[in-house]
Amino acid sequence: MSARKILIVDDELSVRQSLREWFLEDGFAVTTAEDGAAALQLMDDGPYDIVLLDLKMPGMDGITVQKRIRELDKGACVIILTAFASVETAVEALKLGAFDYVTKPVDPDDLSNLVRNALRQRELTEENVRLKEKVSELAQVSPIVGDSPKMQRVFDMIRTVAETDSTVVIRGESGTGKELIARAVHAQSKRRFFPIVAVNAGSIPESLLESELFGHEKGAFTGAQYRRKGKIELAHGGTLFLDEIGDVTPKMQIDLLRVLETKRFTRLGGNQEITSDFRLVCATHKNLEQLVETGTFREDLYYRINVFSIEVPPLRERTDDIMPLARFFVAKYARAMGKPERAVSPDAERLLGEYRWPGNVRELENAIERAMVIGSGETIRAEDLPLHLENGGAVEPVERSLAAVEKEHITRVLEELGGNVSQAAKVLGIDRATLYNKMKRYGVRRDT
Amino acid sequence: MTPPVYLAFLNGYAPPWQDVLADGVREALSRPVRTVRLGIDLAAAYAREREQYHATLILAALLRHVPEPGARILGVTAFDLYIPVLTFVFGQSQLDGSGAVVSIHRLRPEYYGLPRDEGLTVERAIKEAVHELGHAFGLVHCPDYTCVMHASTYVEEVDLKGSGYCDACVEELQVRGHASAR
Repeated sequence: MSARKILIVDDELSVRQSLREWFLEDGFAVTTAEDGAAALQLMDDGPYDIVLLDLKMPGMDGITVQKRIRELDKGACVIILTAFASVETAVEALKLGAFDYVTKPVDPDDLSNLVRNALRQRELTEENVRLKEKVSELAQVSPIVGDSPKMQRVFDMIRTVAETDSTVVIRGESGTGKELIARAVHAQSKRRFFPIVAVNAGSIPESLLESELFGHEKGAFTGAQYRRKGKIELAHGGTLFLDEIGDVTPKMQIDLLRVLETKRFTRLGGNQEITSDFRLVCATHKNLEQLVETGTFREDLYYRINVFSIEVPPLRERTDDIMPLARFFVAKYARAMGKPERAVSPDAERLLGEYRWPGNVRELENAIERAMVIGSGETIRAEDLPLHLENGGAVEPVERSLAAVEKEHITRVLEELGGNVSQAAKVLGIDRATLYNKMKRYGVRRDT
Repeated sequence: MTPPVYLAFLNGYAPPWQDVLADGVREALSRPVRTVRLGIDLAAAYAREREQYHATLILAALLRHVPEPGARILGVTAFDLYIPVLTFVFGQSQLDGSGAVVSIHRLRPEYYGLPRDEGLTVERAIKEAVHELGHAFGLVHCPDYTCVMHASTYVEEVDLKGSGYCDACVEELQVRGHASAR
């Protein structure tokens, strides 16, 4: 474990030297500053576990310095050093969040205990932050619903690739849940205790994307008032999920290729090379091979990222999953809205099954959410769903069997005629016995 | 040949247990130990308002008297020592350097209103001498409360710990090339 860092801020050289020696013997990495401005500059360059801060200094006073330190690093434990005469100011510092204060000269045992307690608080704070991030990360991993053979194959691929550290490309139409797949890969990988950091390359202009990915130094460009870590740096130890990689500009493709090859980069406006150990998972709805052929996507980057490819099928190709997904979303929004769960009526179920879902799972989720908002009663009806077969691009799925269509039509006619078999037989153009035989064969009941 | 550790009794301080202290240091460090008398100018280190001596300034003066390269010098004084900010120190050392200083002032039971006990005083003196010399050989404080390198900010803590280095500190000394220490 690396040494804990302590910053000693005091205008008296002898105090700085004495405390420096004292804490070096305790195994701390010690830095000293002679005034507030120098201290803030040091704080800007990197975090400190403990700051020992003299209240009475020329230039910027200790209270102002403390406020600025809190802005720069909320987790730093500030211990105020003060003379007896300024205890009132020290109390003010405590109200502003200082860990504690000591009056000079301080008993070595008091200082030792204070620093030990401050470190303990610092460790608890850090642990708390880590746990919150973990909880938040776990909460973000929604279950992927899908019993269809195609989705089972996807799950198999996730399990296979998660164990490796290979780059993964997730392909699929918009709304198929590519980010969920990426999160599942991360959650099952050895990197799962570190963050997964997501960036949508398609929604950010190139200039901003560069800063977003690589971070920037203070003053790197107009408005860069503070140093900011980029997503690549934040993903250290974990996974970087780069959505819509097919939309990345040629310049960014070169930068990305370099980072992928060296795992090193510099922040915008900076000179220092930073290393980040991350695994890249990217996604696209575009055909990368076509983009390579047309020259809009670099071939070398393509080969670098296309180590393992997971194809997420569109919802229309896994119709078996529609109802389980619909029920999952009903339960999800019932919980979120504090409403009881609602069943899906046969007509609504039929509509969900017949619709072509150009927006895939995202569209299904939106449809269910809307139905849960506007609908009333115990069931979701077809009219609660914002789906229009004639306008919504719905077509009869060609892969359906004649028997399935026949069963569905019989069910629908019986439903409309209140279960009257004689009338239904007339409408269908068959005799009652034939209709009964078909109902028996398909398991259709009069009260369906 | 291993450079020795010099125990420098400062400005006429001559306790009866000098040889016992030397033996204790020799046993802990497995190095030759020599006892010397040294006079240094303490006037500049004296803080009248505190009635104490500035340990860092004494240490700086001591470092001018290191007899040979690679040797360590430990000043032993009966004066009460301090460093700015702290009310007192038992001793101070130059981390991974050539010198250190210890004060017997607060190690004596009579400082705390207890009966004089030279045996206890020298036992504490050995521990503080070995502790400060440990810093001079590059060791930092040790979390093992029985190890002599455990930080002691009051005298009861000095009594609690042993007078030798723990295994981890011995290993660290060996890594640092002070293989004769044990």
